[in-house]
Amino acid sequence: MLQLVLEQSLNGLQFGLMLFLLAAGLTLVFGIMDCINLAHGSLYMVGAYFVAAATQAADSFWIGLGVGVAGAAVLGLLLELTLFRRLYQRDHLSQVLATFALILIANEAVRTIWGPAALMLNPPESLAGPVEIGNFFYPAYRLVIIAFGMAVALLLYLLVAKSRVGMWVRAGAANREMTEALGINVRLLFTAVFVFGAALCALAGGLLGPLLAVQVGMGESVLILAFVVIIIGGIGSIRGALVGSLIVGTVDTLGRALLPTLLRALLPADAASTLGPALASILIYLLMAAILFFKPQGLFPARA
Amino acid sequence: MAYYRPASWQKPLSLVLLAAAVALPTVLTAIGQEFYIGFATRVLIFALAATSLNLVLGFGGMVSLGHAAFLGAGAYVAAICQQAGINEALIAFPAAMGVAGLFALIVGAISLRTRGVYFIMITLAFAQMAYYLFVSARSWGGDDGLPLNGRMTLSGISLAADDALFYAALGALVAAMILFGRLADARFGRTLQAVRENETRMEALGYPVFRFRLVAFVLGGMVAGLAGALLANLTGLASPNLLQWTQSGTLLVMVIIGGVGYLYGGVVGAAVLLLLEETLVGFTEHWHIVLGLLLLAVVLFAPKGLAALFGRSRRADHD
Repeated sequence: MLQLVLEQSLNGLQFGLMLFLLAAGLTLVFGIMDCINLAHGSLYMVGAYFVAAATQAADSFWIGLGVGVAGAAVLGLLLELTLFRRLYQRDHLSQVLATFALILIANEAVRTIWGPAALMLNPPESLAGPVEIGNFFYPAYRLVIIAFGMAVALLLYLLVAKSRVGMWVRAGAANREMTEALGINVRLLFTAVFVFGAALCALAGGLLGPLLAVQVGMGESVLILAFVVIIIGGIGSIRGALVGSLIVGTVDTLGRALLPTLLRALLPADAASTLGPALASILIYLLMAAILFFKPQGLFPARA
Repeated sequence: MAYYRPASWQKPLSLVLLAAAVALPTVLTAIGQEFYIGFATRVLIFALAATSLNLVLGFGGMVSLGHAAFLGAGAYVAAICQQAGINEALIAFPAAMGVAGLFALIVGAISLRTRGVYFIMITLAFAQMAYYLFVSARSWGGDDGLPLNGRMTLSGISLAADDALFYAALGALVAAMILFGRLADARFGRTLQAVRENETRMEALGYPVFRFRLVAFVLGGMVAGLAGALLANLTGLASPNLLQWTQSGTLLVMVIIGGVGYLYGGVVGAAVLLLLEETLVGFTEHWHIVLGLLLLAVVLFAPKGLAALFGRSRRADHD
């Protein structure tokens, strides 16, 4: 039992860190530019496809990851320059409609180019096996993802909390007009943040690719989770995104693994087997509704 | 956004359209295109659902991204009623409206404490909960949904024939349009729109803002539930897919392209979107791309929706 909890906690940590990569970009775009980007999940999907395709072409996962991330960044740049720039000043409804349209286009484009079947993406061979931690085995590749996620989280923290650009970004999230008035080129900053967010999406997509299937529609489910994360954390706050990601990742993973077992101990087997999976999948939404009920601005509101 | 006021030509045009709709099944049968009666019914049902969202979104100013939950709840209630041996729509449909309304009351009472983006997300969260509950409810079919055993009867008349169901849906839509048209112009609707424009001011004037919003939200949920019950009869299935967030997104898209806050916005949007789908499918396998590009064009070039293009000029908006 303890071993299961430990293993699932590691899985939860890994899932949470990947969610953070998605939520970080989303919360900044949302917080600074006040732009609802439903197509963030599509960037994640397209990024994963880029990585998978580049990996097949280059026959190396790491080269594929680099090329795929760079490709997604270029795509993000093009999208920002042609479309998103026009959306920042519009109301939320227009943004919802436009980015919903982008989802349709992205899904169909991917289906047209790569076909409807899921793409296989293999982890590098040296990482394919398990490693022994204490008294149980854990896949080496998942450990690498955890390390990767932690490194990126640290890098992001340093970038946002300690660097000058990060200061501008935080200032922009707190008060856009004032930041502009102080002479910061907010337009350029917006573009940079958007491109950076797209690259992080592709990174998450590429890293998760070997664990999940790279397929059409993979973006939608994860998008909702990323939104839950930034709502819990507080829109525009990187710290909130990190805390929210870890909470959502852990609660979701542990809930799915442990709740059915726990319920079986408390309830008759029949009721437990029905209730367990249902409760596990709605757990994070319950959590989010509860947090919003008590703290309507999320845990770490960026705007005072 | 300006107050809703029906244009002078709206009533005559509605009557003409209604006459055309009444004649449609006969015309389609005469030219041997009965297949399209089902499609037309689908348009009517989604027009009803989108109109119910328009009450919440357009008149109430509440951007709900969970409206499909009420649609799905209505569909499930219809299917469950039938499973329990109740095959009469006069019982099942009000039951669907009641359950959807009760669900909307709970969701609204909690969600309306939040504002803006947080409201969007909390309604979405509730819809997701409902979705996962139905997916894992094995006694109601789980993933596969709950099939209906043939269509119901409406006051004893079977809805099995396509035109019977068409007229039932048309009747529901007309009733909803009359009700919403009256409401929008009545004190309730005026207050609701004033709250949308300036909540603080209405609060200061002593209006129970929360209650007005909640009533609109529940009313929207009930009508969506009715649409869901009709849809279950049309497709013969209450499926969890009806509750998926993309379905809520589609309803939202219908209202936005039709025209937010215009009485006929939902009807125009549902008709345009479904007709576009139906037409594009015939032309290309990749119709999603074309549809996406068209939606982008609407956002960039017709920001107030299609109904607004034909409306009278109004005073400048301030979003």
